[in-house]
Amino acid sequence: MAEAAAVTGAASPTGGTARRLLANPRVVLGGAVLVFFALAALFAPLIAPHDPVEQDLLLQYVPPAWSDKAEAGYLFGTDNLGRDILSRLIYGARVALFVAVAAAAAAGLLGTALGLLAGYLGGWVDTVISRLVEIWMAFPAVLLSIVLVAVMGTGLHSVIIAIAVIDWTRFCRVVRAETMAQKQQDYVASAVTVGLGRMRILWREILPNVLPLLIVLFTLEMGIAVIVEAILSYVNLSLASDFPTWGGMISDGRKYVNQAPWLMILPILCVIALVLALNALGDGLKDALDPVMRR
Amino acid sequence: MSWTFLLRRLLLAIPTLFGVAVIVFVLLRVVPGDPIAMLIGPGATEADIAELRRLYGLDESIALQFVYYLRDLAGGDFGTSISMRQDVMELVLGRLPVTIELCLVAMLVAVGLGGAMALAGAYWRGRSGEAAVDGAAGFILAIPDFLWALLFILFVVVFALDGLPISGRIGHDVAFRGATGFLLVESLLRLRLDAFGSVLLHTILPALALALPLAAIVARVLKTSINEAMTQDYILMARVKGFSRARIVGREALRNALVPTVTLTGVQFTFLVGGTVLVEKIFSYPGIGNMAIDAVINRDLPLIQGLVLTFAVLFIAVNLLVDVSYALLNPRMRHG
Amino acid sequence: MTATPPAVGPTLSVRDLHLAIAGRRRDTPILRGVSLDIAPGEVHGLVGESGAGKTMIGKAVLGIQPSRARIAAGSVLFDGRDITHLPERERRRLMGRGMGLIPQDPMTSLNPAHRIGAQIADVLRLHLGLDRAAAGARTLELLNEVHIRAPERVVRQYPHELSGGMRQRVSIAIAFACRPKLIVADEPTTALDVTVQRQVLALIKRMQAQEDASILFVTHDLGVVAKICDRVTVLHGGRVLETGATRRIVEAPGHDYTRALIAATPRHDRPGGLLRPVPEALTARLDAEALAYDAARGSHG
Repeated sequence: MAEAAAVTGAASPTGGTARRLLANPRVVLGGAVLVFFALAALFAPLIAPHDPVEQDLLLQYVPPAWSDKAEAGYLFGTDNLGRDILSRLIYGARVALFVAVAAAAAAGLLGTALGLLAGYLGGWVDTVISRLVEIWMAFPAVLLSIVLVAVMGTGLHSVIIAIAVIDWTRFCRVVRAETMAQKQQDYVASAVTVGLGRMRILWREILPNVLPLLIVLFTLEMGIAVIVEAILSYVNLSLASDFPTWGGMISDGRKYVNQAPWLMILPILCVIALVLALNALGDGLKDALDPVMRR
Repeated sequence: MSWTFLLRRLLLAIPTLFGVAVIVFVLLRVVPGDPIAMLIGPGATEADIAELRRLYGLDESIALQFVYYLRDLAGGDFGTSISMRQDVMELVLGRLPVTIELCLVAMLVAVGLGGAMALAGAYWRGRSGEAAVDGAAGFILAIPDFLWALLFILFVVVFALDGLPISGRIGHDVAFRGATGFLLVESLLRLRLDAFGSVLLHTILPALALALPLAAIVARVLKTSINEAMTQDYILMARVKGFSRARIVGREALRNALVPTVTLTGVQFTFLVGGTVLVEKIFSYPGIGNMAIDAVINRDLPLIQGLVLTFAVLFIAVNLLVDVSYALLNPRMRHG
Repeated sequence: MTATPPAVGPTLSVRDLHLAIAGRRRDTPILRGVSLDIAPGEVHGLVGESGAGKTMIGKAVLGIQPSRARIAAGSVLFDGRDITHLPERERRRLMGRGMGLIPQDPMTSLNPAHRIGAQIADVLRLHLGLDRAAAGARTLELLNEVHIRAPERVVRQYPHELSGGMRQRVSIAIAFACRPKLIVADEPTTALDVTVQRQVLALIKRMQAQEDASILFVTHDLGVVAKICDRVTVLHGGRVLETGATRRIVEAPGHDYTRALIAATPRHDRPGGLLRPVPEALTARLDAEALAYDAARGSHG
């Protein structure tokens, strides 16, 4: 999805980058898992065997297919309200990935803008922004996100805004440092002597050089966003509880863990798999893009 | 260690605390949405709302509200909880010891476990032992604390480990009422070993869930620092002295690896404190993290505000603790 | 200065030692068949320019050569016993009482995290089995012997609180602590100020005479050798060029390279004298000889 576009976008200037990406096992493996979830999310209505919110009180707590009390047509069993777990997992991937992309983009935009300004302008702008970052770091991120969503009201947009408001500092710190380093490079000096304006230099000269770094940060931030969304839906602050989210399913599972432990296992595994994939992809991209960043 | 160093650190915390207070104010009052709307039930009348607004000083201008807010904070007045109808300060202080004990146990576990992993990895440098430690650390780190908490619960349920409690802080059958909230310390001091054992047993799983990510980071950073120290000349001298590899890794290299490790892992200790919010909720552990989620669900504005500030103070305290341990470990700073 | 012929066997005997650093494609030879003997109580200088392999001989004797260094052939005999491939545990038992090291750089050779007293006392406790009190008392004695003032204060200090000369005195105290038969001194004065150098050299000589220890004295400085060593071995490219009594080597060198080294050494009796670097042609000839040696050895297998 956005991932693939970003990767090819970075790869186009140098033909070798694409080959190096494909030679990196972490990029390939992480990318494959990500594509798997992305396809599930995109084609959820086509591949989900049941309606994810449809309740069937006659079919509560049906165990998964490998158990002897399984029901045909319910591969991973049903939950406390007789809803199909597989279908809920597939629709849950939609929420998780949508939030991951949107929140990482929002946090990235905010943090990158402030980081570029702080790193390039320096002076009091840098002082103010850096001080703000420091104060931000003094907050418990999880609690802050919960409070933010509570203040703004539940819903996906609140979740996305909350993640952006909390995690912009990750982008800001890295981009600021990188911008300061880029500023020392010759090409910026020559752009200044040619008489280009500050904003133009930032936009045309520095930003493209920070881009590989941003792609890595974006991927890692998606992993964090998946976790935060799971946390928020675990405490019932993401979407209405009958709508399928992995966190919400885990929360239901915790309540009925003694009757039906399988309710919790699968959504937890989904979160772990997606987060591991995004981390592997991010780390792999960092390795693969590193020579580009040094150039 | 010099007192001026400590004092300077304390003074530096003041502007940060002020900034935190400002942001909490902005978040809870200026953000779109009427805070009163968060407070009231569906059946409230116009008069009720006006009364509430006056009660919480929300009919004043924002600037004036801010002044009152700061004045109250400076006086230690956090207001009254709406859902519990009790002084926020009292409520928070009542639960704070629970979280502090949990965090300290978790930090001990993290340092112990991470330290052991690092020592094992450095001892078996370049052999399968080091690879195993690296792999374990990477795996642990990939899963956040709250998922570890849920995995532990699943584990206990699936394997029917009835001896390991997964909710609460002390067994219902144990009659022990502490004078303080520090049940672990107090039960030990009063030699109530049954109570101590029960609290410890209830604390193991949440503490372990909180500790695992930090342990993995400590293991990684400490192992790298030890390996770095092992290349130094004084290690050659230690070999000439005839010391065993275990002693060289554990005494000669470890001591020198501690300072860089504290520098690089310090922030992570605050993340552990932040993790209590969810982990306490998952294990129904009665600390301020659990209370915070309840406060949010009950839309208890004064309580939320008090708890966020309390967490910020805890963060700053942990940072201070890290700085102090840094100074204690560094011989160059001990004799300034 | 002339060494009396040894009545007993040599304390240290290096026999035809070949050592190479393992590389990715092939090994790089460092020592090419080095042999030397050190009699009990003898101070034996090992002279050569940097890269001659002199430090590596010292390390191989102590068994602390880098992990990538491989002893391809030859042996190291200590007191007549082959210690070339000694297992780790037995090697450790040999250290302290058998051998000690005076390191090159005292700034980095003391552990910055431990107090001076502990760094001396721990050897005493390990090898002599002294208890805490006895080790503490002996530590103060040792610091007195190496002329450290106020040892009661110094034992509680950390290395960073001491000057370079003080630290090297502490290193000497550690090296002699368990009365070893052999001490490897690896350029022990190179990192020090000139004035301190002379004092430290005198101290090493005095401690050596007092304890009747043998010393393998690694240095690039023939001036230092003339002052302290009974015998000298001249090394280049990992090969021994000549060996003999110090006076003979200094006054009637048998090898062109030794002559060149002497010409390149500043002399205290002729402070204004002209110094000539070792001629490049000579170095090139010696390097070619070393390569020819490798080739000949390689063809033998």
